[in-house]
Amino acid sequence: MKIPFKGAVDCDLHLSAPRMSALLPYMDEYWSDQFSNRHIDRFAFTMSSDNPILPLQWRPDWKAGADEPGSELDRLRSRALDQFGSSIGIVNVIHGAIALYHGDMAAAILRAVNDWTADKVLSQESRLRGSILVSLQDPALAVAEIERLAGNPGFVQVLLPVIGELTIGRRIYWPVFEAASRAGLPICLHAGSLNRHAPTGVGWPSYYVEDYVSQSAGFEASLVSLLAEGVFQKFPDLTFVLAESGVTWMPSFQWRQDKMWLGVRTELPWIDRMPREIIRERVRLTLQPFDAPPDAAIVERLLDHLGSDEMLLFSTDYPHWHFDGDDVVPDGFPTDLLRKIAIDNPHATYGRLRQGGEATKSLEVTA
Amino acid sequence: MNQQLVDPLRPEDKRAAASIVDCDVHITARSAVDLYPWLPARWREHVETIGAHVRSGVYNQEPHPRMMARGMRADAYPEEGGPAGCSLPLLQRQHLDPNGIQFGMLIALGRGIFEERNQAFAAALSTAINNWQLEKWVDPEPRLMPAIIVPQEDAEVAVAEIERCAADTRFKQILISPKSLEPLGRKRYWPIYAAAERAGLPLAFHPAAIGGGHFSSGAGSPTYYLEEHNTFGTITQAVLTSLIFEGVFERFPGLKVVAVEGGFTWAPMLGWRMDKYWSRLRAEVPHVTRPPSEYLRSHIWFTTQPMEETRKQAHLRDVIDWLGWDRLMFSSDYPHWDFDDPRYAFKMPLSDEERRKVFHANAKVLYGLP
Repeated sequence: MKIPFKGAVDCDLHLSAPRMSALLPYMDEYWSDQFSNRHIDRFAFTMSSDNPILPLQWRPDWKAGADEPGSELDRLRSRALDQFGSSIGIVNVIHGAIALYHGDMAAAILRAVNDWTADKVLSQESRLRGSILVSLQDPALAVAEIERLAGNPGFVQVLLPVIGELTIGRRIYWPVFEAASRAGLPICLHAGSLNRHAPTGVGWPSYYVEDYVSQSAGFEASLVSLLAEGVFQKFPDLTFVLAESGVTWMPSFQWRQDKMWLGVRTELPWIDRMPREIIRERVRLTLQPFDAPPDAAIVERLLDHLGSDEMLLFSTDYPHWHFDGDDVVPDGFPTDLLRKIAIDNPHATYGRLRQGGEATKSLEVTA
Repeated sequence: MNQQLVDPLRPEDKRAAASIVDCDVHITARSAVDLYPWLPARWREHVETIGAHVRSGVYNQEPHPRMMARGMRADAYPEEGGPAGCSLPLLQRQHLDPNGIQFGMLIALGRGIFEERNQAFAAALSTAINNWQLEKWVDPEPRLMPAIIVPQEDAEVAVAEIERCAADTRFKQILISPKSLEPLGRKRYWPIYAAAERAGLPLAFHPAAIGGGHFSSGAGSPTYYLEEHNTFGTITQAVLTSLIFEGVFERFPGLKVVAVEGGFTWAPMLGWRMDKYWSRLRAEVPHVTRPPSEYLRSHIWFTTQPMEETRKQAHLRDVIDWLGWDRLMFSSDYPHWDFDDPRYAFKMPLSDEERRKVFHANAKVLYGLP
């Protein structure tokens, strides 16, 4: 179904990563020379887990015109923001520099990507907000980058891939969580893998389709890590947004954590409540790709299983191909819940939207 | 969870006695010496002078230490010594008799088949364990139904062991660790599936503590046991995903798989996710001709323990309705610490027909039990 009102906050849409040649102006001489001399500037830094030629990466009618220079932002404006009546869109640029082992090099590229985003995206379109890209190769560099950009209200979260090198809750990453928490920025764990180790517990799958299916396991692993390591207790103001996670795995995951925690809570005395209560308070999921079948009755049951109207955040995942036409919302969502997930929940999740947002006040029912 | 039950069987339950099929009962050898009667001298010497060689940083222990008495019911350790699960009289007295177990499907973990890197040693141990199961457990206690242990990373040898054992019809399935070197749908494992199909034996996937040497979560190695235990579910999902997308069920349409101790409330969701991504990426897997959820629905069975605990009873009922009441089979996981008592496993009322299916009929049909 369509979204029946204007003013939604689209919490996950995408622009292609800029070419390295577009990033060189944002780099110092050392790195500019390094990239030019070593021909590193000729690579696209495409994430293996974000392969742009796969059919689901570009909706066919959204792929049209993709090769025209300089107009990707225009197309995003008309096809995503205007088309769905969104007042705000949070752009996630997926960049392969996060997969580099050279922490300084990764940081140099990601700094440039962030500055390019501020310069060429956020300052060009007032409805758009950005995510701060960091590499966890050297957490201290990630902290520095968050602190460098914390004063720019256009950046509303810190973006990380859900499958990294270590489980995400480990203490080595806590300085990053602390910096994000201090700046009032949620951590967005986005589908994708650094592929530094097999992305499943049983080795390397053969096919992309398996990688996509198994993302939910990566999200489970990350959430149970955050729970077990005590991150939610240590950083009581930090929200985790799961982007492109799918939704249907979440009820079963909560049931399993509740059951297991009752059995093993002596191992984890710092978990002071049923895990589902912590998850519902501190974890948010973007809507698309919604992974239930197109059956309103099943969707209604799943929403009851989820047990919270505060966890979902509206997203189109533009330009990925998860739905056709304007049917961005799965059948089975009641309108009052839609208003929560499209407007109330994003504003509650992203504190920085509340600071800016005059664009969010014009709500009108259109269908 | 380690409370002893003083009166395990309430009077009103006795009418239901001896009718349950328990699809996950663990036994183990007291020590490697127990297996010596079935190990050739060359391998007895190997046990003494070389020993296990595992894909793990610690030796003879779990890298993620278990809860509660090494993951066992404290009351399941025999008084005469030895590990939980090594005593037939205790298994009979503590579980089979009072809990009304008509048949117990044996899952003989331990003694390191799955984590052993020396495949010839793993093969010798497999043969020894299979013979030991028959002589020490099944001959004296015909309620117990053994599974064939195989050195799964050497498919040729595994096939030979399947063929040797399948001649004895008391073997009811083949035990495979989902924690393999490669995802189990890949072709190196297909000879095992061909042999299973020929023999008409289901494959049982049961998580092992150590396996193919991959980070168990797929997103790094867990720190805590809570995290490690969650991987039992996600690893099972990964294996089923691999079997389906590699086309195993197209190639072996008679193959039946039992997902033991991996949970089951995620199964409908897995089917939906697979269908969704398959619809977009069919060009990558043209050998997968039907929606993946159909293979899931027609080739996979699930055991109940550890049962995820839903917030409302209706939620569990929704999930089993989606999964299919003919796909779920009771398991206790005796003698592990998170053992499910058949009387309390379900936190919701079942109809007589639902109870019949889950507690015995589904398993009897699948395994051809009387």
